[in-house]
Amino acid sequence: MSKDNQLLEEFTSKEYEHGWNVNLEADEAPKGLSEDTVRFISAKKKEPTWLLEWRLKAYRQWEKMPEPKWSNVHYPKINYQDIIYYSAPKQKKSLSGLDEVDPELIKTFEKLGISITEQKRLTGVAVDAVIDSVSVATTFKSTLGELGIIFCSFSEAVKEHPDLIKKYLGSVVPMGDNYFAALNSAVFSDGSFCYIPKGVRCPMELSTYFRINAANTGQFERTLIIADEGSFVSYLEGCTAPMRDENQLHAAVVELYAMKDAEIKYSTVQNWYPGDKNGKGGIYNFVTKRGLCFGDHSKISWTQVETGSAITWKYPSCVLKGDYSMGEFYSVAVTNNYQQADTGTKMIHIGKNTKSRIVSKGISAGKSQNSYRGQVHIMKRASNARNFSQCDSLLMGDLCGAHTFPYIDVENQTARIEHEATTSKIGEDQIFYCLQRGIDEEAAVALIVNGYAKEVLNQLPMEFAVEAQKLLALTLEGSVG
Amino acid sequence: MLSIKNLQAKIGEKQILNGIDLQVNAGEVHAIMGPNGSGKSTLASILAGREDYEVTTGDVQFNGKDLLELEPSDRAAEGIFLAFQYPVEIPGVSTINFMKTAVNKIRHYRGQGPLDAVAFLQLMKEKMKLVEIDQSLLSRSLNEGFSGGEKKRNEIFQMAMLEPKLAILDETDSGLDIDALKIVAHGVNSLRSKNNATIVVTHYQRLLDYIVPDFVHVLYKGKIVKSGTKELAKELEAKGYDWIKNEAALV
Ligand SMILES: Nc1ncnc2c1ncn2[C@@H]1O[C@H](COP(=O)(O)OP(=O)(O)OP(=O)(O)O)[C@@H](O)[C@H]1O
Ligand SMILES: [Mg+2]
Repeated sequence: MSKDNQLLEEFTSKEYEHGWNVNLEADEAPKGLSEDTVRFISAKKKEPTWLLEWRLKAYRQWEKMPEPKWSNVHYPKINYQDIIYYSAPKQKKSLSGLDEVDPELIKTFEKLGISITEQKRLTGVAVDAVIDSVSVATTFKSTLGELGIIFCSFSEAVKEHPDLIKKYLGSVVPMGDNYFAALNSAVFSDGSFCYIPKGVRCPMELSTYFRINAANTGQFERTLIIADEGSFVSYLEGCTAPMRDENQLHAAVVELYAMKDAEIKYSTVQNWYPGDKNGKGGIYNFVTKRGLCFGDHSKISWTQVETGSAITWKYPSCVLKGDYSMGEFYSVAVTNNYQQADTGTKMIHIGKNTKSRIVSKGISAGKSQNSYRGQVHIMKRASNARNFSQCDSLLMGDLCGAHTFPYIDVENQTARIEHEATTSKIGEDQIFYCLQRGIDEEAAVALIVNGYAKEVLNQLPMEFAVEAQKLLALTLEGSVG
Repeated sequence: MLSIKNLQAKIGEKQILNGIDLQVNAGEVHAIMGPNGSGKSTLASILAGREDYEVTTGDVQFNGKDLLELEPSDRAAEGIFLAFQYPVEIPGVSTINFMKTAVNKIRHYRGQGPLDAVAFLQLMKEKMKLVEIDQSLLSRSLNEGFSGGEKKRNEIFQMAMLEPKLAILDETDSGLDIDALKIVAHGVNSLRSKNNATIVVTHYQRLLDYIVPDFVHVLYKGKIVKSGTKELAKELEAKGYDWIKNEAALV
């Protein structure tokens, strides 16, 4: 250890000693965010010094950053000192049965076909240990192990595979990338780590359920997926959140790293609590997702179905560095009632002959606002780059809004870019046509909306697609007529 | 089967139907003709349950039920089918998928379980043959990019699939070439039975050579001003509507 580092460590541990009264036995960090919070989290997780330092550096950057302001998203100011940044997994004070749970929520679960056991888990009825921000469901571990695939929680990876983490953490989303990424880098609780070795095709969909369970716990997940040369992985992320009164902040970071000839397919169905009909409650979802196509002929594909959250701010992006690399973004974002979604993608073309494809389908109902924000950047070196973008908006009713903001930056004249955009309304004619064939209004809306979103839903793995279809219908229930 | 008494309806402040009386019995085919804007499509829409129109007076009984009280989707399930003059497009939804949903919804209404995939496919194959429609068309998004004739033929295919008690064909013949016209007519005729009835709205006597009506009615200014047999259609073809308009003006 260098002298400087030694000094630093001494100093920091001193400060710790004299700092605020940290009770390491505590299951939760006290409310609020300071360097001490960061130290507390790192200490709790028994992290190596380099990681603590990494976090602190991120924290110091965050402190200096202004919170972003967007024209199309409105929410009350978040008090970052009123959030608990760490809570250990624990048996929560549990309800004794499902009859204590809000019946509206149970109805929703039933319509989604969620099993009773799962319902209990989601609503905090005691069944087994409730998963909170620390853990990851790691299934099929042995099968994966035989292939040399690593799939584990982030904390575990820090302990077991420190070299990989050290090398790739922040390599795609730098700690200071944006306000929420910096916040995440400072206080991330846990998440998933996945490494696919050279030439291995991961034989199953890797999936993780992220859940928010403890009230007032900001969620700061961190996911890192590395696909080594010639490998392939399909990863699923899905979420459901129990009903909550207070807004919950969620600021995740997902980093994907694809080497030469590797392919990563990342699918999300996001169904967090959007708030009630009047817009009260609901999750604030500020996520940074980015994939780096590092090697030649690599490919990263994002597919997302966003139905939940009070506010969604999310731009899964691809940095196409390798020659002939390819990025895809398929998105359906539904907003209803008072939901706000500002989502889209960035495709940064750096390598030669890189290709990207964007298909975005926005659906707005109620008094919601739905924005697509997309950037296609063709850098100087990226000769023969190609992009195709299709951004469609579907409006239901007269009180909602759809907005499209495409930004195109071309520094190389050999680029070929196509952009198509449409806005349509679910027509009364369409609904009546369905009604006349015996299809009731709810089913008619579901049919029309799923048809509209089909190109994106087709990208999802089968079971997920079915779940997503139900979700779309459910989100829009009662929004016509 | 269908009994319409003094049906009057308006849209906004515009009065469109001015007292329609019509009795359709099982096994019959009725043709409704009349100049543009006389209210033919309006009548069809009201029977199907379109909400834009306000029924101001009148009574419609369908197989012993007060039709005007039924939800549009329930009317369909009760056996009313409307082949639209202008079929709408539903992107991303294939005719097959659309029909699967419709067939099963209607079966559900009637207390039957959903058709399994094999049975549905079989039904579809049979009806496809009847109206000589290609499966590739049925796999495409409903009506999207269909030619005028393809849309009309698709309507008849749907009718065949749903086997309605009362089918209302709103200008299904317009836009059809002569071969397609024969096919459509053949479809309609093979579905004819003593248990169901058909109302064909048309401008052309030609169709009535193939689908031979028991009665022909002339709608003018929202009223049935003349009824007769298929000979009436021939007379209209020869003489136009002026003499009817004059007659109506005298009354
Ligand atoms: N939504 C509406 N708003 C205003 N007027 C309407 C509306 N729908 C129908 N009408 C009017 O009602 C009258 C009857 O229309 P309808 O479509 O029933 O005529 P039609 O007999 O079917 O004519 P065509 O032979 O041209 O199909 C027309 O004058 C039409 O302009
Ligand atoms: Mg008409």
